[in-house]
Amino acid sequence: MTEQNIKNFTLNFGPQHPAAHGVLRLVLEMDGEVIDRADPHIGLLHRGTEKLIEHKTYLQAVPYFDRLDYVAPQNQEHAFALAVEKLAGIEVPPRGQYIRVLYAEIGRILNHILNITAYAMDVGAMTPMLWAFEHRELLMEFCERASGARLHMAYFRPGGVARDISQELLEDIDKWADGYPKMIDDLEALLTDNRIFKQRTVDIGVVSAEQANDWSFTGPNLRASGVPWDLRKSQPYDVYSKLDFDIPTGKHGDCYDRYLVRMYEMRESVKIIKQCIANMPPGPSSVDDNKFAPPSRENMKRSMEALIHHFKLYTEGYHVPAGETYTVVEAPKGEFGVYLISDGTNKPYRCKIRAPGFAHLQALDMMSSGHMLADVVANIGSVDVVFGEIDR
Amino acid sequence: MADTQQLESIGASITEGLGNAVLSLSVIAEELILNVERSSIVKTMTFLRDDVNCQFKQLMDICGVDYPEREKRFDVVYNLLSMTQNSRVRVKLQTDDEGQVPSVSSVFSSANWWEREAWDLYGIFFSDHPDLRRILTDYGFIGHPLRKDFPLTGYLEVRYDDEQKRVVYEPVKLTQEYRNFDFLSPWEGIQLDLPGDEKSSIEIDDVKLKKPND
Repeated sequence: MTEQNIKNFTLNFGPQHPAAHGVLRLVLEMDGEVIDRADPHIGLLHRGTEKLIEHKTYLQAVPYFDRLDYVAPQNQEHAFALAVEKLAGIEVPPRGQYIRVLYAEIGRILNHILNITAYAMDVGAMTPMLWAFEHRELLMEFCERASGARLHMAYFRPGGVARDISQELLEDIDKWADGYPKMIDDLEALLTDNRIFKQRTVDIGVVSAEQANDWSFTGPNLRASGVPWDLRKSQPYDVYSKLDFDIPTGKHGDCYDRYLVRMYEMRESVKIIKQCIANMPPGPSSVDDNKFAPPSRENMKRSMEALIHHFKLYTEGYHVPAGETYTVVEAPKGEFGVYLISDGTNKPYRCKIRAPGFAHLQALDMMSSGHMLADVVANIGSVDVVFGEIDR
Repeated sequence: MADTQQLESIGASITEGLGNAVLSLSVIAEELILNVERSSIVKTMTFLRDDVNCQFKQLMDICGVDYPEREKRFDVVYNLLSMTQNSRVRVKLQTDDEGQVPSVSSVFSSANWWEREAWDLYGIFFSDHPDLRRILTDYGFIGHPLRKDFPLTGYLEVRYDDEQKRVVYEPVKLTQEYRNFDFLSPWEGIQLDLPGDEKSSIEIDDVKLKKPND
C-alpha cells in the first residue's frame, strides 16, 4: 500500500449563505466530508449596542432591544423594562402586565414560526415557510395595531406599555388564536412524520442534559435535552404565575426534539394568549406616575404640569436609583438577561445583554464535530440563532 | 425564586466552604452577590458548581465593567444559576489593565466565548484560556471599545471605495458634532462644588476670629 499524504480540508461557510441564518462565517476543518472542528466567526453584525445604551437615557435604550433579536422584538424589551422597574421599584398595573404577557407570547409564536419554517427549508422543505408566513404577517398586523410598528414595536416601556389596546383588537387576536392551532396541525402533517425531515434531524446534534448545562443552554434547546426548566414557571414575572400552561420537554436532545419542543410551545402560547384575553382586567395600562410614564395627550393640552412632565421625560428622562440587577425573561430562544448597573443618573452605567443565542452558537463545535457537512446546516437551524442578538 | 432568607442560608454555606477566598457577601434586593479575590476564582467557581448546597451548574454570563477612576479599574462579573435551588448568584472580582484573571473555561465550557468577549471589549486578560482571540469586533481592530475612555464614535470608519474596488478604512469624519447634553441640572443633581460652597458646611462655632498679632 502506498503511503498517502492526507491533509485536512478547510471550508469557509458564509457569511453570505442562505443557511447561515444571517451573517455567520463558519470556518470548518474537514476530514473528507466529516467535520473535525467548526469555528464560528461572529461579530459581522456588531453595532455596539451596549456602548450606545450607555450614552442614551433609559427610555431611548428601549428601541435598541428590538434590534437585538429582531424576530421577536418585544421579548427583549420585556427584560429591559423589568430590570428598570426592579431598580426603580415600580409596580406595573395588572392590565399592563396582561398586555405584556399577551404580546410576549405573540413574540414567541413569531419566533417559532420563523425558526421552524426556516429550519425546514434548510433541510429541504419549502412549503412550511410559504404556509406559515401568512400567520406571521397576521401577527405583525396585531403588533402594528398596538404600537404602530410591525416589527420594532418599542412597546414595552419601563412602567407598563406605550399605550392601551382596544377591545376590538383583543377580539381579533382571540379570533386568530381560534384558527391558529389548525395551522400548527397542518405544519405537523407536513413535517413531524415526514421521512426526509426525520432522516435529516433524528439523532443529529445530540446534546445530553449534562452537556446542555455545561454549555449554558437555555430555552427550548435545554428542554429538548430533557431538563424541565422554564423561567415562566420557575421564576415567574408579570402575570405568568396566574396562567395555566405546560412546559414540553424532549428526551433525546437531537435536532428533531428541538423541533418538537418548539412546535408544542406554540400550542401552549396560544393557550396563554386565550387566557390573557379572557382575563384582561380593565384599568390603566401603565403606572400612574408621570415621573415614569408620560401624561395623556389630552391632559397635556390643558395641564401645565402635564406638559412639563412630558418635556422632562422626553429630554432628560428619569433618574434611576443607584444599584444593579440581573433580570431575566424566558425569551423564545432561551434566557434573555439584562445586567443593568445604574449610578443614579438618567443613563445606565452599564447594560450587559445576555443573549441566549451566544451560548447556543458557541456549542456548535461540540454539536457538529463528527457529523457530516450537511448536518451542520441542520444544527444551526435547530439551535435557533439570530445574529442581531449574538453580535449585539 | 429563592427569597432573601434562602439566599442568606446559601450564602452562609458558601462562606463556610470557601473561607478566606470570599472577600464579602451580601444579599441586595433578593440577589446574592459574592466578592472574591482574583486568584481564587477557579476554586470559587468549582466549589459553587459542585457543592451539594449550591449546585450552580449553569454559568449564565460573564461580563466586564469599567470604573476608570478606581485603582483596579475593571470588575469581572459572573452570573450563575442553580436549577435545583432555583436561585442565582453573582460573583465579582476586581482586576486592572495588566493583571491576569484565571480563566474558568475549564470549569464551564461556555465561559470560553464570554471571556473572549470581555477581552475584546475591555482588554481584560484571561490566563490559561484555550483560545483568547477577539470575537465581536472587526479583524485587525485596535482598542477595547467598551472602556469608558473609548469614544462612542470610535476612531475608524469603513466604506466601499468604487475606484479601488475594495473596502477602505478612514478616520471618522462626523458631518455633525455629536450632541451630548448635560441633563444633570444644577438645581437637582450637580456633583461638583461651586466656588464658595465649602463655606456652607462650616459651623459658626468653628470659626475663630484671629487677631492680627497672633
